[in-house]
Amino acid sequence: MSGSYFQRDRQWHPPALTPSYKTSILRAPKNALLSLPTTASEETGPVFGHDVLGPLDADLIRNFSQDGTEAIGQRIVVYGRVLDEAARPVPGALVEFWQANAGGRYRHKKESYLAALDPNFGGCGRCITDEDGRYAFRTVKPGAYPWPNGVNDWRPAHIHFSIFGHAFAQRLITQMYFEGDPMIWQCPIVKTIPDRAAIEQLVAALDRNATIPMDSLAYKFDIVLRGRRSTPFENRMEGN
Amino acid sequence: MVQHLDYLKESASQTAGPYVHIGTNPNWVEITGVWKADLGLVLVGPETKGERILLEGTLIDGAGSPVRDALVEIWQADAQGLHNSPAETRGAADPAFAGWGRQPVSETDGSYRFETIRPGRVPYPDGRMQAPHISVWIVARGINIGLHTRVYFEDEAANEADPLLLRIPEPHRRRTLIARRSERDGLPVFRFDIRLQGDDETVFLDM
Repeated sequence: MSGSYFQRDRQWHPPALTPSYKTSILRAPKNALLSLPTTASEETGPVFGHDVLGPLDADLIRNFSQDGTEAIGQRIVVYGRVLDEAARPVPGALVEFWQANAGGRYRHKKESYLAALDPNFGGCGRCITDEDGRYAFRTVKPGAYPWPNGVNDWRPAHIHFSIFGHAFAQRLITQMYFEGDPMIWQCPIVKTIPDRAAIEQLVAALDRNATIPMDSLAYKFDIVLRGRRSTPFENRMEGN
Repeated sequence: MVQHLDYLKESASQTAGPYVHIGTNPNWVEITGVWKADLGLVLVGPETKGERILLEGTLIDGAGSPVRDALVEIWQADAQGLHNSPAETRGAADPAFAGWGRQPVSETDGSYRFETIRPGRVPYPDGRMQAPHISVWIVARGINIGLHTRVYFEDEAANEADPLLLRIPEPHRRRTLIARRSERDGLPVFRFDIRLQGDDETVFLDM
């Protein structure tokens, strides 16, 4: 029998209240979370078919192009695998991602940063992992971005990720950072995560072996979702 | 030293930020032409079995102000208590009901609204039946890790014996998970306000 999902390690994840990230102050519950084993309501979750995807969904260089012109910026491929905590691949996982353009500007009506929009860059994409849990997309490297927290706070270059595993209990939103960026270690949002190793797990590695010569650099970003309990003694012979 | 357990660590959560909708609801923020339609806006169709209901409410922060930039997802069983998911082991769910919905809250007043059906009952791990409920997941700027909660229905007697509600140590806090019923145009409307912090703070779950 397969069973409930592993308890989340909430010493590893950021806590709700992280005052140097100011918005968290009024948006953090004060009461303890109610802890329970997962039930069928959390051990199931929506699964999406390839019919939701369009042909350019994983190509942010072209998917918002107005006239066939490609987005401006450093061309990169981001690839990786979605795994669970037992190191098993998570196939069929919908991965959504969004980001600013090469100048750090988001295409969003509430956003007013003076850096220019790129008329050929929307900033959203998505893909579904293959049978080995692999995903890949093409984009431009996002720029750093100033935000009103401290008077001079800047986000490091980052790409937001939203991942659907196989269960609502695995639902996760996180951010990917880039190897070597000194701003990672200055960011109040990054530093909501208490453990340096947990931060390092969100830093994508430059992978020269996966670059496309004369075209794009490549970054590898693996994502780990919660694992599911299944002790050897409880296992059925045919597996779970 | 002992042997190493071969587990990986879950990727740490980060806030969805104020521009989450670029990635989840691009058409809603006027990034059009990339994908046909934003996912999760419509749960029910003409073929969906079950009692139609409206679920609506407002997201409120610790100062009593509406949260205007959140994203709310819901996940629920069909009218028979079965989930439209490959991980559902108890039978085939209504194919005309996806069971998942997602939408941004209103930019003006922090409200949300889902047109859905009343879910059937789903077992707890020990075999007891849970009262009908809808799972809710909330992300936003300022929320470092998505908040899980559940909506129960005021008009369900089964709430009295629900294993989750009974686990809430303070009985008065159980009320924060129970949506209030009214009617509009002959349709049951369940109001479920979500208070992130402070008086009547909603019970959030670590499941």
